[in-house]
Amino acid sequence: MSSLESLEKLADGLVTKAKGAIDGYSVAFGEVTLNAHADRIVEVLTLLRDQKDAQFQQLVDLCGVDYPERAQRFDVVYHLLSLTRNHRIRVKVRTDEDTAVPSVTGVYPCADWYEREAFDMYGIFFSGHPDLRRILTDYGFHGHPLRKDFPMSGYVELRYDDELKRVVYEPVKSVEFRNWDFMSPWEGADYVLPGDEKAPAGGAK
Amino acid sequence: MADDAANLPVVPETPVRKFNINFGPQHPAAHGVLRLVLELDGEIVERVDPHIGLLHRGTEKLMEYRTYLQNVPYFDRLDYVAPMNQEHAFCLAIEKLLGVDVPRRGSIIRVLYSEIGRVLNHLLNVTTQAMDVGALTPPLWGFEEREKLMVFYERACGARLHANYFRPGGVHQDLPPELIEDIDTWAKHFPKVCDDIESLITGNRIFKQRNVDIGVVTREEALNWGFSGVMVRGSGIAWDLRRNQPYEIYNELDFDIPLGLNGDCYDRYLCRMQEMRESTKIIRQCVELLRQTPGPVMSQDNKVVPPKRGEMKRSMEALIHHFKLYTEGFKTPEGDVYAAVEAPKGEFGVYLVSDGSNRPYRCKIRAPGYPHLAAMDWLSKGHMLADVSAIIGSLDVVFGEIDR
Repeated sequence: MSSLESLEKLADGLVTKAKGAIDGYSVAFGEVTLNAHADRIVEVLTLLRDQKDAQFQQLVDLCGVDYPERAQRFDVVYHLLSLTRNHRIRVKVRTDEDTAVPSVTGVYPCADWYEREAFDMYGIFFSGHPDLRRILTDYGFHGHPLRKDFPMSGYVELRYDDELKRVVYEPVKSVEFRNWDFMSPWEGADYVLPGDEKAPAGGAK
Repeated sequence: MADDAANLPVVPETPVRKFNINFGPQHPAAHGVLRLVLELDGEIVERVDPHIGLLHRGTEKLMEYRTYLQNVPYFDRLDYVAPMNQEHAFCLAIEKLLGVDVPRRGSIIRVLYSEIGRVLNHLLNVTTQAMDVGALTPPLWGFEEREKLMVFYERACGARLHANYFRPGGVHQDLPPELIEDIDTWAKHFPKVCDDIESLITGNRIFKQRNVDIGVVTREEALNWGFSGVMVRGSGIAWDLRRNQPYEIYNELDFDIPLGLNGDCYDRYLCRMQEMRESTKIIRQCVELLRQTPGPVMSQDNKVVPPKRGEMKRSMEALIHHFKLYTEGFKTPEGDVYAAVEAPKGEFGVYLVSDGSNRPYRCKIRAPGYPHLAAMDWLSKGHMLADVSAIIGSLDVVFGEIDR
């Protein structure tokens, strides 16, 4: 646990050293998360990589997370690892659909594909990225599949057409995925239960 | 003499058009569905543009719509060469969120099967790497051993490939004692098989010509490009999560971490060969520990772990738990965790974001092969066309995990 304490101390120092680029940090499940500003992420990651007691040489992972109810709906999450200090840290920044996050390919070259993936999956833009193309989805694909408003079954399905002798795209015809409501009516449901329509609002829910 | 050279008639250099070829997606040396767009100058590779995603199944999206327990089998389908190692990372992430402890016997079985997975993976990789450069016998010998290991998978969980054996809280069921003995018998005999395979490949003139000094990765490059596993160890960086950030019972076990010197394809091959021997050592230690350690293999926390079938027939409470856990599933506390294991290919990580419901809000799978393949461009630059397949072979890519 002392390693977590030293990491907290490090995070504390980083917040002051970054002069406003890092808002703060939180500790949960034995992991430290820094909340940074998207427009200064390059500066933050450079600091994390080069500062003597941080030495995060590797960008382990970069990914997006979508919270559609927020004004700045996307989180971009960077996972860093230090092989010499043997510790990990997570950096989060927020952005929206239109604001580009500066690309960190200059700091960690492996961010190249990770940023392409985040762009492909969420439509997050990265300014200064050398080659921001789609990576995982099909050629000519529309939309950003990991956004929460993208349906799980997608919009198109494809099959081989024997008459046309090629693969054709068609609107999804298959049965929609049955998305069960698992919220217990006693605990979490915030809608009117079937049969309760006439009951006074705020009554027994 | 210099004057002679200067007096030569000036021949205008005719511009040669760069040659573009498609490598794959249906190429036996592409290890799956990889399409490489190669830009060649004669036979020298100038640029490599890997087009991935041909096996993209949207695992991460599918997972957001299913309960945690329903999601475990998706991990078998990522790196289908060593399925259980993937499940392990997901289970560790869930356990970290829930704060569930795995009983000791469960931990030992997990380590045992992770190491079997490592041997499964390295057997496939090493032998197909040899096949990529022209050797046909090693895969036949290697697959014979893989077959035996898959039978061990089957005897533990009923499936040869898509195991669904590691569950949050432990492993699904205990191993029969005969299986443990059979694994031990296999492990005693396996180093001999390693020697046999090595006698075919290690000193082989053609294999050396095709792999030594090909695809050299320096230490700095390995770090900058986010490499892990054999790809950093082949370059001489002593980094192994089993040793540096130990999970389960790895800190009690005695094993060595083989390191390469030159960071080329040949050193990575040697590392993998040696790692198989070290894994065998771990397997034998686990077998010994399993003989001494009876006990449960799954956590006793009934709010996470479904009851056994027999118990269900007699206890009402068990029946209710069974029903609830297989329909609604368990809920995890809000928050996000990152858990990683040293999978055979490198660091396999799971970044799990929970919103307090019974399904992951977001699950990012950090596949080790992804950054490795991303490095294909600079790694192959200046090499010959034929070296491309040798480099892909030593990167150890499997498209189940890269394309997700």
